[in-house]
Amino acid sequence: MADTKVAQMKEKVVKEPSLMTGAVPAKDWWDVEAVFKPGNYCYPAKKSIVEYHNKSLPGIFGVPREWDPESDDWHLPENWKEIILNGLKERLDKFRSLKIFMDCCVRCGACADKCHFFLGTGDPKNMPVLRAELLRSVYRNDFTLAGKLLGQMAGARPMTFKVLKEWFMYFYQCTECRRCSVFCPYGIDTAEVTMMARELLHLVGVGTNWILEPAANSNRTGNHLGLQPHTFKENAEFLLDDIEEATGVRLQNLNFNRKGAEVLFIFPSADVFAEPGIFTFMGYLLLFEHIGLDYTISTYTSEGGNFGLFTHNSLMKKLNAKMYAEADRLGVKWILGGECGHMWRVLHQYMDTMNGPANFLEVPKSPITGTVFANAASTKMVHISEFTADLLHHNKLKLDPSRNDHRTVTYHDSCNTARGMGLLEEPRHILKSVCNNFHEMPENTIRENTFCCGSGTGLNTGEIMDLRMRGGLPRANAVRHVADKHGVNMLSCVCAIDRATLLALNQYWNPDVEVCGVSELVGNALIMEGEKERETDLRFTPLAGMEG
Amino acid sequence: MRIINPLIAVLVLVVVALVAAQVPGGQALVGIILPYLAFAVFLGGVVYRVVYWASSPVPFRIPTTCGQANSLPWIKQNKLDCPSTKAGVIGRMLLEVFLFRSLFRNTKAEMHEGPKLVYGSSKFLWLFAILFHYCFLVIVLRHMRLFMDPIPAFVAALEFGDGFMQIGTPVFYQTDAIFLGALAFLFLRRITLTNIRYISLPADYFPLFLIMGIGITGILMRYFLRVDVVAIKQLALGLATLSPTITGQIGAIFFVHVFLVCALLIYFPFSKLMHMAGVFMSPTRNMINNNRMVRHINPWNDPKIKPHSYASYEDEFREFMVGADIPVEKELPAQPAGEEAAKAAE
Repeated sequence: MADTKVAQMKEKVVKEPSLMTGAVPAKDWWDVEAVFKPGNYCYPAKKSIVEYHNKSLPGIFGVPREWDPESDDWHLPENWKEIILNGLKERLDKFRSLKIFMDCCVRCGACADKCHFFLGTGDPKNMPVLRAELLRSVYRNDFTLAGKLLGQMAGARPMTFKVLKEWFMYFYQCTECRRCSVFCPYGIDTAEVTMMARELLHLVGVGTNWILEPAANSNRTGNHLGLQPHTFKENAEFLLDDIEEATGVRLQNLNFNRKGAEVLFIFPSADVFAEPGIFTFMGYLLLFEHIGLDYTISTYTSEGGNFGLFTHNSLMKKLNAKMYAEADRLGVKWILGGECGHMWRVLHQYMDTMNGPANFLEVPKSPITGTVFANAASTKMVHISEFTADLLHHNKLKLDPSRNDHRTVTYHDSCNTARGMGLLEEPRHILKSVCNNFHEMPENTIRENTFCCGSGTGLNTGEIMDLRMRGGLPRANAVRHVADKHGVNMLSCVCAIDRATLLALNQYWNPDVEVCGVSELVGNALIMEGEKERETDLRFTPLAGMEG
Repeated sequence: MRIINPLIAVLVLVVVALVAAQVPGGQALVGIILPYLAFAVFLGGVVYRVVYWASSPVPFRIPTTCGQANSLPWIKQNKLDCPSTKAGVIGRMLLEVFLFRSLFRNTKAEMHEGPKLVYGSSKFLWLFAILFHYCFLVIVLRHMRLFMDPIPAFVAALEFGDGFMQIGTPVFYQTDAIFLGALAFLFLRRITLTNIRYISLPADYFPLFLIMGIGITGILMRYFLRVDVVAIKQLALGLATLSPTITGQIGAIFFVHVFLVCALLIYFPFSKLMHMAGVFMSPTRNMINNNRMVRHINPWNDPKIKPHSYASYEDEFREFMVGADIPVEKELPAQPAGEEAAKAAE
């Protein structure tokens, strides 16, 4: 739980002097130093973890060492500035986006109050424009004529340890949600800027353990939790008992690493591990059994999420490469992807480019409806919401939506599926089919305007709970609105990070609202062959009218 | 300092121009040599910057999707905010460039007791930005009357439309007033809104003051101070036909105006004003969201980066996998009979 009690936090976010509450900062932003203290930073990566990554991707994660962000000596390599500047040069040469985003900002301020971290903290450097200026100022100093000639008059400043500290603080208070880029007249995408800055930080060995350790686990064991194959399988099989208890049906379809299956199903590993993800997993399995899908799950690629995305494009590519490799080895026809936000940013915008072409796969075709997923013709990977929405549209599912009548549901668009993919209507179509009580949050907080859970991109770690609760405030506030107005008691989503972080967020701000995956609600509503009379939902909460 | 220094810089430019207009040869310098130089720097600089941008590849297709994607045929796609075709992208870019689509989305967030966050409509920035840019465009096009003979029909039409209220002599152009009004709004917004003031740099005030200076000198020249319009037309036409001459007493204000315009042209390629070209090249806006349909190529994609292989994964966990009935590629090595018997005995 967060360090600050919620009653206190409610006061603080409204009254504490900040840019959000109308206070005028006393100093110019470049004169304000980043001060690390317990609770405002993520723990640095362990030496052993960096050593592990260095074995396969040398030179990207810096020199393995123990270091303390609160100290004034981070044990950086002697030539760390040179490494950063060379790294920046290399990235300018590799990414047109970086050049454009460095040169074109006019500081109109349209982005300023669009960031959830700014809204929750009021910290000026959480305005996307200033977050980018942290990097832009260094770019101007060393890579532009105006900066070289005019220095600070042109908004330039040299790379110093003070700047590095700012980078580590504020590029880890950005969740790469891209909300600011929707409002920017030039489409400047802070996610892109943050990705570049984090790559640069990693080059000098400044990274966080909550990202690099899960990434190491994903590489070695197949999933970020570090579950070994037998444990992964046991965890998943254990959920069959729960499904049987809730529905009276013993599923026979769960299988692993099976060659010749039609579909390889890849989902975020948290869905076999922790509530409420496990209920989403039950929903997947019930759906597949219901339609008789010929699928398999791989323990080797048992993680949909890609923690490489939060570090460096090489690690993103390396982790992602498992998916096609495994699909090839198992000889499946196409890949189905579970509910996970940043997993889908990678699958939709990076996978084919990085690790394609997947010519050994076929253009995905639903074996039930015959629908060809033309929108996935090259990548050959389909989102479970697209797949399910198609089944519903063709009336292939037997449903009893009243089994979700004890829920009044709203839907949280995850940042990546909304702004990195355009997946907006599919989950809504599903929800409206499987629930009778569905209400949208206010329009400025959903679809392309959706607010981040506040803890994406590897920030969902326990040591920064206050920050997370502040960053998640805009989302929580919109949930509060529909909870008060419509009695919403269930916040659904299609993202595993959301399922973990919105849970904590709601326990803090909206304890009366639970969190679920969309597929869990599908699982509740599905009428299975040979089922018993349902008295509870998949999480053993009594159905409406069964409370007695 | 962030505001005063750029203001001083522009005033210095004005003084330099006033002095130059008085000294021998100064008028030729400001009226003939400088315009050619400034135009060359502007063109060369803009081309250089665009080529500099274009010399870096776009390794990944990263459109920001602002609406429903092309998906199942019965789901209505938002073809402009989430285009899946080239035509859609062209539409999206036209909206962006001509109507400032993204800025039109602007909202203003407020924190109230509760806490309660409220998002209100906020279209003023969009409105004044669009007024400023369109007036600037009309004014620049109107100036073509000086550089061309005969005056093109569209310029004449523009002038007629701009002065349709027929107020005063010479006829008052609405764009002049709206232009200065919009500039004043953009400036006042910068200094009155706390967070905008906080993010503003000298590089934000300098072009505002410079453009204001150009507008004010232009208006002074047209409506208040006498200048020799015939001589100006002769000079401008001469510049355009590469045979410039300065005749008669044009008036110092003209040279201040020209000097500031030249300063703007020279400053342009090295500044944020390059957003004019950059907006066309922004990957989050000008890319087609057909990521899973058509493979995008990254020229520096490194084929040497391979996944942790399945073989090494199985090697590490084979025993557990076999124990858990998970299929494997290679079976466990058969254990020697003696050892097995010993195990059984345990």
